[in-house]
Amino acid sequence: MKVTRRDLLAGAAGAVALGTTAQAQTPAPVDPTKVRGTPSRAMGQRAPAEKTQRFARGNVSSTPHQDLMGIITPSDLHFERHHGGVPAIDPATYALLIHGMVDRPMVFTLADLKRFPSVSRIHFLECSGNLGRTAGPETTPGQLAGLTSTSEWTGVPLATLLKEVGVQAKAKWLLAEGTDAAVLTRSVPIEKALGDAIIAYGQNGEAIRPEQGYPARLFLPGWEGNASVKWLRRIEVSDQPFMTREETSKYTEPFANGTSRMFSFRMDARSLITYPAFPVTLTPGWVEINGIAWTGAGKIARVDVSTDGGKTWTAAKLQEPVLSMAHTRFRHLWQWTGAEAVIMSRAVDVTGYMQPLRAELLKARGPGTAGYHLNPITGWVVQAGGAVIYKEEAWG
Amino acid sequence: MTRTRLVGGSAALGAAVLIVAMTAAATAQGPARFGIGRPATPQEIAALDIDIMPDGTGLPPGRGTSADGAAIYATKCAQCHGKTGKEGPNDVLVGREPRTGFPFSQDPKLPHTIGNYWPYATTVFDYVRRAMPPTAPGSLSDDEVYALTAFLLHANELIAADAVMDRTTLAAVKMPAREHFVPDARQQMPTPTPTPTPTTKPKPKP
Repeated sequence: MKVTRRDLLAGAAGAVALGTTAQAQTPAPVDPTKVRGTPSRAMGQRAPAEKTQRFARGNVSSTPHQDLMGIITPSDLHFERHHGGVPAIDPATYALLIHGMVDRPMVFTLADLKRFPSVSRIHFLECSGNLGRTAGPETTPGQLAGLTSTSEWTGVPLATLLKEVGVQAKAKWLLAEGTDAAVLTRSVPIEKALGDAIIAYGQNGEAIRPEQGYPARLFLPGWEGNASVKWLRRIEVSDQPFMTREETSKYTEPFANGTSRMFSFRMDARSLITYPAFPVTLTPGWVEINGIAWTGAGKIARVDVSTDGGKTWTAAKLQEPVLSMAHTRFRHLWQWTGAEAVIMSRAVDVTGYMQPLRAELLKARGPGTAGYHLNPITGWVVQAGGAVIYKEEAWG
Repeated sequence: MTRTRLVGGSAALGAAVLIVAMTAAATAQGPARFGIGRPATPQEIAALDIDIMPDGTGLPPGRGTSADGAAIYATKCAQCHGKTGKEGPNDVLVGREPRTGFPFSQDPKLPHTIGNYWPYATTVFDYVRRAMPPTAPGSLSDDEVYALTAFLLHANELIAADAVMDRTTLAAVKMPAREHFVPDARQQMPTPTPTPTPTTKPKPKP
C-alpha cells in the first residue's frame, strides 16, 4: 500500500482528534527519521503491532503469559474471574462496613481507607481453578494456566482497620462480602485477617481495575483468589465460619478417601514454562527457556527444568528479586538440536514442597475431583520441525 | 448475621477511648486508633447484614412449602436448571445418588447437587436470596426464598412434601454430605519425594 504525505498528515490529525484509538491506525513510515512523530498524548497506549490480549470467555479471562516478560502483569491483562459480572461502583459513594464481634461497628469511605497508613506489596493472585484439564495440543500457556497474575497491590492492612473497630477476643472468623450481582461471600480466618491481609485500592501504581475489585477489595496473599473478595462492601466478624455457597458447594476438593476438603486456602508451588510454548515455532540453536514459578507458602527456592521429558532435571536461574508469594521468573539456556524434545519445569518452595507430577496428584485426588488446587508439572513438546505444542495428558 | 446486639452509647464511649488514645504518645507502631471512619448506625448494618449462618442465625420471618416453590421454580429457575432441577444447563440442583458413600473423587460425571454435596441447608436460602435469579438478583421475597428452598430440599428427598420451611425448621434440616467435609490438612497433598541436588549445566560456548 502506498502511503502519501497527505495520508500521514490525516493520520496524525486523526490521532490528535480521536485520542488513542486513531494512533493504532497510523501506518509506520518506511523511514521514521524522515517524518515528524506524533506529539505527546494524555494517555499512552501499546505500540500498534502489539496485539496481546486476554483469553476471555464468559465470566473468566486469562492472562496471556506467552506474551509477557518479567514478573509484573500489566493491569489490563490481569486475569478475571467473577460470578455476577463486573459491577460499576461510584467511588464517591463507596463504603466499607465492618461490624459483628467488634467494639465499634464502623463505616469507612474510600477516602477514609486512603487516609490510613498504607502498604504496597508485590504478590501473585491465582484462581484455584487454574488448569485446563482437557487442554489439547494447540493450547497457549495463558489458556492452560493463565488464571494467575502478579501486581503491586497498595492498600491498608486489614489489621489496622480491625484495630480501629476493636475486634473482640472471641473473634475467630470474618465474612467478606462483595457488591457484585452475586454479592459474593467468603469466610476468612481471623489469623489471616490480622496477619498479611490488605484492603487494596491500588494496583501497579494506579487505582485497582474494575475487573479486580474497584474501588477496594480484600487481598489475601498466597491464598486462592476467590477468597480475596472484590468490590468489598462488608466485613462481619464472628466466632465461626459462615459456610457460604462458594466455600461449601464450590471451592472444595473431594479426595479419594471419601472426604471433601474445605477452607483449602493456600495455593501450592507451581511453575509454567511460557517460552517456548504453543504457538511458537523454533529453529535449531540456543533457546532461553523461561517461565514463571510461584507459591503461596512464601518464596520459590528452586525451579528445575527438564529437556528430556522428565528423565533429568537441571536447576534454572531465578531472576532477582525473588519475592514472597509473587511470580518468580526462571530462565534456562538450552541448545536445541532439532530433534523432538519434551521440556518441563517443576517448582520447589522454601518449605521443600515440590510441585507434583500429574500422576501423583491424580492418585491423591482421584479422576473425579473438582478442578481446584491442581498444580501438576506440565510440559511442551518441541516437534522435529520446530513447532511447539502442549504435552497433552489425560486426566484420569 | 450479627449475633451480638449493639450496645447503646457505644459511639460516645468510643469517642472517649479515642481521645485517650490520641493523647497518648504515638509509638512507632502508630496510635491505638487513628480516628478515621465513622460509627455505623444499626439501620445501616441491618440493611446489609443479609447472611445466614449454619445454625440459622440471620434467617428472617416468613415461610414456604415445596408446593409454593414449584410454581416459582418453573417461572424463574427452570430455564437454567432444568424442569426438575436435574437437566441443566447450569448447575444440577437435584439428585441423591449415590445413596451411600461419597465417590466424588472417583466419578467425574457425578454432579454436585444440593442433595448429595451441599453440607448446610441454610446455604441454599442464603445463596438464592442474595444471588438468584441472575436476571434479577436479590429480587425474591423472603417467603419466595423459603418456598424455593423447600422445593429444592423436597426434590432432594430431604424434607417431606408438606413440610413448612421457616427460620426454625430450615436450620434443623440435616444434610447427608455434611459429615464428609473436613478442614484443610495440607499433608493430604502428595508428599514431595526428595530429589538429588540438580547439577548446573555447563555454560554454552559462544
